Amino acid sequence: MVNWANFLSQMFNGLVLGALLALISSGLTIIYGTLGVLNLAHGAMFMLGGYAGYVAFSYTGSFPLAVVVGTLFVMLVGVLMERGIIRYFYNRPAEDQILVTFGLGIVFVEAVRFFFGSLSKSVPPPPGLVGITNLGFMVYPTYRLALFGIVAVALLVLYLVLYRTKLGMIVRAGIEDPVMVGSLGINVYRVFMLVFGIGAAAAGFAGIVNAPVVSLAPDVGEPILVQTFVVVVIGGVGSFPGAVLGGLIAGEIISITSMFNPGYAYVMLFVAMTLVLVLRPYGLLGSASRE
Amino acid sequence: MKDHDLFSGGISRRTMLLATGAAAGASLLPSFAFAEDQPPLGTWPAGSSGDSVSIGVAVPRTGTYAVQGEDELKGWELAVEHMNTGHDLMKQFVPSLTKGLLGKEVKLLVADSAAKPNDAVQAEQRFIADNKIVLMTGSTSSAVAVALNHLADREKVLYLAGISGSNDTTGKDCVRYGFRQNFFGQTAAAAIGPVLVKAFGKNRKAAFMTPDYTYGHTVTKSVNDYLTQNAGWTQVTDQVSPLGTQDFSQYLTNIANSGAEFLINVNWGRDAVLSTQQAKQFGLLPTMNLVIPYQIPFLSKEVGADVMEGVYAATDFWWTQEDQYPLAKMFVEAFFKKYGYRPEWGAENSYVSFAHWARVVTEAGTFYPPDVIKTWEKGETMPSLLGDVHYRPEDHQCVRPVVIVRGKKPSDMKNDEDFWEVLEVVPGEGLMQAPDAFGCQLGSYT
Repeated sequence: MVNWANFLSQMFNGLVLGALLALISSGLTIIYGTLGVLNLAHGAMFMLGGYAGYVAFSYTGSFPLAVVVGTLFVMLVGVLMERGIIRYFYNRPAEDQILVTFGLGIVFVEAVRFFFGSLSKSVPPPPGLVGITNLGFMVYPTYRLALFGIVAVALLVLYLVLYRTKLGMIVRAGIEDPVMVGSLGINVYRVFMLVFGIGAAAAGFAGIVNAPVVSLAPDVGEPILVQTFVVVVIGGVGSFPGAVLGGLIAGEIISITSMFNPGYAYVMLFVAMTLVLVLRPYGLLGSASRE
Repeated sequence: MKDHDLFSGGISRRTMLLATGAAAGASLLPSFAFAEDQPPLGTWPAGSSGDSVSIGVAVPRTGTYAVQGEDELKGWELAVEHMNTGHDLMKQFVPSLTKGLLGKEVKLLVADSAAKPNDAVQAEQRFIADNKIVLMTGSTSSAVAVALNHLADREKVLYLAGISGSNDTTGKDCVRYGFRQNFFGQTAAAAIGPVLVKAFGKNRKAAFMTPDYTYGHTVTKSVNDYLTQNAGWTQVTDQVSPLGTQDFSQYLTNIANSGAEFLINVNWGRDAVLSTQQAKQFGLLPTMNLVIPYQIPFLSKEVGADVMEGVYAATDFWWTQEDQYPLAKMFVEAFFKKYGYRPEWGAENSYVSFAHWARVVTEAGTFYPPDVIKTWEKGETMPSLLGDVHYRPEDHQCVRPVVIVRGKKPSDMKNDEDFWEVLEVVPGEGLMQAPDAFGCQLGSYT
């Protein structure tokens, strides 16, 4: 079982899975870091992106358009959610925030089940990315290879927004010290709305680009939510680079452990999380000020 | 005589009050009449003392088995409707049926179990406490079936397994209060094994994909035991995944590197859909031969007929059998008329198991559980949609045929639900293990 071909293949699996987890987690982590809201509807928003893209694909047959629609739709949902509900919870206890976002997640999932049923919905990959590619040491689904590239580009875009724009600077400053940012006369609440929109868009984008790999069902976001929380804890709450690093580490732990015994993949993931919590309570790239 | 006083006009006020009190008491507490031989037990007699009886259903409507759970639920709903209206199909099972069961309307109470044992047990406990249900059903996960088996035995309320493929359900976890109609790991393996050996020969290499709970482990063991012991097949890898896995890439990579010629996928529900779709993405299909030992309703619809072409599977029922079996035809027509699609085997199992219960209750003439169980344990021959069947008194398992099917070529499909070609209907008798082979020991009646 343990041979080099298998080992390299699993490393590759880990990279693809890790990149996807990094993207979804970065959405979760910037929302929490900036707004202090733990968004338990994040998995449901991942699912919504998939379904919005699926509807667009059904009407147009265009995968790129499906990706655009999936991303923008969830961004819109995120903005509406922040304006309509979340902003009333900024000054309420964390338990209330958790309950309201958890409830919204259930509403999203059951609304989709009501309209689409539970039968899986498939979005095929774009024509040029169908089939398998021979990498020499292994054959690998072409779309999964492309997915790694697509997600890497998305993470780069997110990086540029966060680190090379004025908005990004305010967001990062808000994560480090929201009181000071407010004192400087910056309209923190408008920034909050945008941050929620961007975080949601990251989940929506991940949801639709992942749809050709894992077909859609209303519950598709549930396990993703758990994994992204682990990633955020490993990487450091509120840290974008931490989410990327945590995602890749989580992906590799799951894949490499699976090579020996898949049954222990998630056990090892939680062991890693526990070790991080013991040795670096704020995560690998987190800092105490973000708590 | 003093007794005559009642009729002779010489009734004392005291006698009148006594007589009235006794009459009122008798009408309010009919159980007094049975006090000697049928003491209150479980929800009896409270559950059947009114003009209706209730059945508690705990079925997955969300999660990995949601699609199959909805289909099962429709089978139960149709069966109850047919009991209450005296439908001709239900009369084939219960000839004396008029409307309702023993003169009582049957009601269905439904809860979502998400295929989780804890959720299912809590829902049924609520139904028992609040609604005094006379029967429980549900599952679509043998982990749930086993949990409800034990709840049934503890609460003394009958339980009919919904879809449950584990050998344990009527094996080591069997109970006096539980019955199962459908096929299971042992009978699936004994039916599909010879077909595979005949089609593909001896000494082949197989990779298994197994969900990590009682259903997966027992089905994989039964199929693997048959193929290794009878035809020298080798299990080159067994990839065990938790229920609800979404990304199977790690498992499939291990299989791709295992040298397997066959992919025997025991995963079920959405796990089966995703693992099969992803096996195709990884190029394992159609390079390897896919085998589905325990067929999953709607799998072909979800993954596509092109992927399922040539795939061998064992199942409980396939709708095209309506051409050979009159009751199957009546069922498919009634189901299609009400729900607009052709039923899969989850709905078939639901309908037939309810019909069997209705028959036994009618024959027993009571809902009193020990009497119903003893009537059932007579093992009488009764109809199913695929001919006559009977239940074994030793483990409460229905001895029924297993249907072997093969995926049709998309161009051979006569309509958009014509996914499978029926190859064989293997009689149940020769497929069963000895009643005590899986450690079944039924408990007491009371």
